[in-house]
Amino acid sequence: MSVLLPLILLSSLIPGIATFFVPEERARLRNTLNLGAALVKTSLVVALLVGVSQGELYEVRVALLPGVEFLLHADAWSLMFISLSSLLWLVTTLYAIGYLAHSRQRSRFFGFFSLCVFSTAGIALSGNLITFLIFYELLTLATYPLVVHKGTPESISAGRKYLAYTLFGGTLFLAGVVWLTAVAGPIEFSATGVLAGRSDLSPTLLQGIFLLLIAGLGVKAALVPLHSWLPASMVAPAPVSALLHAVAVVKAGAFGISRVVYDVYGVEFSAALGVTTPLAIAAAITILYGSTMALFQDGLKRRLAYSTVSQVSYIALGTAIAGPIATIGGIVHLVHQGLMKITLFFCAGNLDETLGITKVSQMNGVGRRMPWTMAAFTIAALGMIGVPPWRDSCRNGTSATAPWKAVPTG
Amino acid sequence: MSELMTGPALLAWLISLPLLGALASIALKHGGRWPALTVVIVNLGLACLLVASTQSAPLRYALGGWEAPLGIVLYADTLSAMMIGITALVGAVVSWYSLGYFAPGSSSERAFWPLWCLLLTALNTLFLSGDAFNLYVGLEILSLSAVALVTLSSGLEAIQAALRYLLVSLMGSLCYLLGVALLYQAYATLDLALLADVTGDGVLERAALALMVAGLLLKTALFPLHFWLPQAHAGAPAPVSALLSALVLKATFYLILRLWFDTLTEAATYLGALLLGLLGCAAILWGSLQALRAQRLKQLVAYSTVAQIGYLFALFPLLNDPRVADAAFDSVIYFVIAHACAKGAMFLAAGNILTAAGHGRLADLRAANLPSAITLFALAIAGVSLIGLPPTGGFIAKWLLLQSALQVGAWWLAGVVLLGGLLAAAYVFRVLAVCFDVSPPPTSMEASSQRTIVSAGRQWSALILALVALALGFLAAPVLDLFDANLVTD
Repeated sequence: MSVLLPLILLSSLIPGIATFFVPEERARLRNTLNLGAALVKTSLVVALLVGVSQGELYEVRVALLPGVEFLLHADAWSLMFISLSSLLWLVTTLYAIGYLAHSRQRSRFFGFFSLCVFSTAGIALSGNLITFLIFYELLTLATYPLVVHKGTPESISAGRKYLAYTLFGGTLFLAGVVWLTAVAGPIEFSATGVLAGRSDLSPTLLQGIFLLLIAGLGVKAALVPLHSWLPASMVAPAPVSALLHAVAVVKAGAFGISRVVYDVYGVEFSAALGVTTPLAIAAAITILYGSTMALFQDGLKRRLAYSTVSQVSYIALGTAIAGPIATIGGIVHLVHQGLMKITLFFCAGNLDETLGITKVSQMNGVGRRMPWTMAAFTIAALGMIGVPPWRDSCRNGTSATAPWKAVPTG
Repeated sequence: MSELMTGPALLAWLISLPLLGALASIALKHGGRWPALTVVIVNLGLACLLVASTQSAPLRYALGGWEAPLGIVLYADTLSAMMIGITALVGAVVSWYSLGYFAPGSSSERAFWPLWCLLLTALNTLFLSGDAFNLYVGLEILSLSAVALVTLSSGLEAIQAALRYLLVSLMGSLCYLLGVALLYQAYATLDLALLADVTGDGVLERAALALMVAGLLLKTALFPLHFWLPQAHAGAPAPVSALLSALVLKATFYLILRLWFDTLTEAATYLGALLLGLLGCAAILWGSLQALRAQRLKQLVAYSTVAQIGYLFALFPLLNDPRVADAAFDSVIYFVIAHACAKGAMFLAAGNILTAAGHGRLADLRAANLPSAITLFALAIAGVSLIGLPPTGGFIAKWLLLQSALQVGAWWLAGVVLLGGLLAAAYVFRVLAVCFDVSPPPTSMEASSQRTIVSAGRQWSALILALVALALGFLAAPVLDLFDANLVTD
């Protein structure tokens, strides 16, 4: 049954590569290919969910190097992240087909789009640090062509900024992973953390490595001060912004932080090392900073981007506070903010395409002209703020420990 | 025939066949490419046989039945087989590319095929010789054919670059020969295996090693002896640049590796290895910075070679450390083969871009006048491997290097390598950003609307080499198994 894991990966990799070869004018073929792949993938993920709920174990190991394995597995967190990404991929593909109907280079766009989702699925399913690293870097590479898709000087320079941040983060993360592997052997994710029992390693060393890992992941999770690529990359087409912000990139960072704290270091051990408090402080600062900046943005997508900066840090904060309820809250938030934020970005894309509105100050009376879009926008925005019944009870449980969440996020 | 092809005689065939090819392609004035292509393909088959037959034990072949010290011995272990294999593979793909690159019947085409066969003869000789003087002969053939290949590019710059390359190569060979002479007058043998048994760590051995390695460093273009490389590699025709960067530099590097770790092991000190390591680090940084500043595409790729050569030498201190020597050797091998494929692909892709756009000025290149996506994918994948990002061969090599460095606490080395990766990303994406850029170029370009069509063969050959570099990222375990089978590196 473990063949399901590679199949899930291939279900976005193969259509992605095939899309590159589809001639530009064959729009129907391309759309069928992409939607078909998204549907296949969603059904495979459903099969995986069913399998796991029946107690089936999924694991694939391939030797990558002597002593280093490429490891895929499915645990509860993988399932959460992969369900979210495959569902949102399906929706975003639908949206993007319409959004880009008259754009150029669509085969290139959808090809890299699928590679992005491939990398995200790989991140969700990776069972050790090196596998995570491989897909994490692949995600950086696959999103770059989407950020610079328009090819204008503006988007090229945004792409440069995006790469400068994410590749720098990737380097820090690589340094952390290699270092940890060199001193402690290959690190597999386990629910209790693998480093907890290792008394042979000096705490200072582990703190240093923790810093490298979190700083590396923090770039993608847009922790202040590593966040400024996110508003800059708003020049990308709306479906890309939606994907970058709601599903793939920022969530990969947040997901990685949870993996490191829980599955590598172990939650009690991280607390004992004293590394979670700085992380919580960084997350709290990011939440405040992102929300405040969002209030001052007139560009709609930029405002949403700052909102993402702040929202994603709730996940990091939930992780850092490190209680079981806070964790569930953080992870549920990952799903929740994914759904809401993607809606907001779709709406922003609609406003831009239909009415040419890109700024908040132009939005007077827009509800009358595009009632459905603005209805969706309102629902998502309320959900983002945390008004019941949008947020489920676990999430509200966390909010008791996180007083900052009352800050409005635009 | 089958016996001739499998046993140790395989070694003799690997050298004589390309030589015959060179002669045949000179003889057939207008159809010179056919014997050359036949040789390249057969050579690929023989290389596979060699890799397979060195798995159980190293091969040894005494030419004419005369054993050392009287006769000349050919010798192949898994390391030589690996080098022969990668040479054959890259050589075959580059030959395919060259079919579309040189206009049939042109004077450069007629010169290219015999010279390339001669270059292949020299490369195979260097990888298989077990004799110091035979190696010298191989080095001279290598330099002369490589220099002649550079001159196939018309233009004053190419001729100047070739002349400088010639002088540097001769200087290097001379240094090497001096070292050989020292050893010969002391031990009266040129056989490497015999020398390994009798040499110690005296002043003479150290002087000989220093001379030979210095000569080879000059040819391998390790910083600060790289000054001749950018012009020679950037000025040569694209397939020649690919061969020089991917293979020729590796041959001299291979000899350094042999002398240092097999023949004159006792004279090779940790201090020397450390010095080479530091120079390697300097090369990584300097080459990358120069690539960042380069104005032209091929210059950028050539400086990237200077940087990548640095990684090979940066590993020397780790190779000398028994705790991580095995992983470091794996890393060296992986750097060599991944770079051979990636850099070959990159030069071939750069050649396509030059043909399509009509120029290589980075500031004026735009998406509109680039060749098709096949070339651009080749460029991108090769670039990613050079940066050392997953899932490519370059990543595996870098991972092994970092892991070994951190295991022995060589933080400085790990730091330089990580920084080198970032710099490489910066220069590679300078080129890749162009592929998306639709803005009008700064200078008014009358040629911007028209682009020359590049043949499918040239585009696919570049992509195939890049895909090999990509595949190396997945196949590290089996590839390293081939290499580790029976390596003698004591």
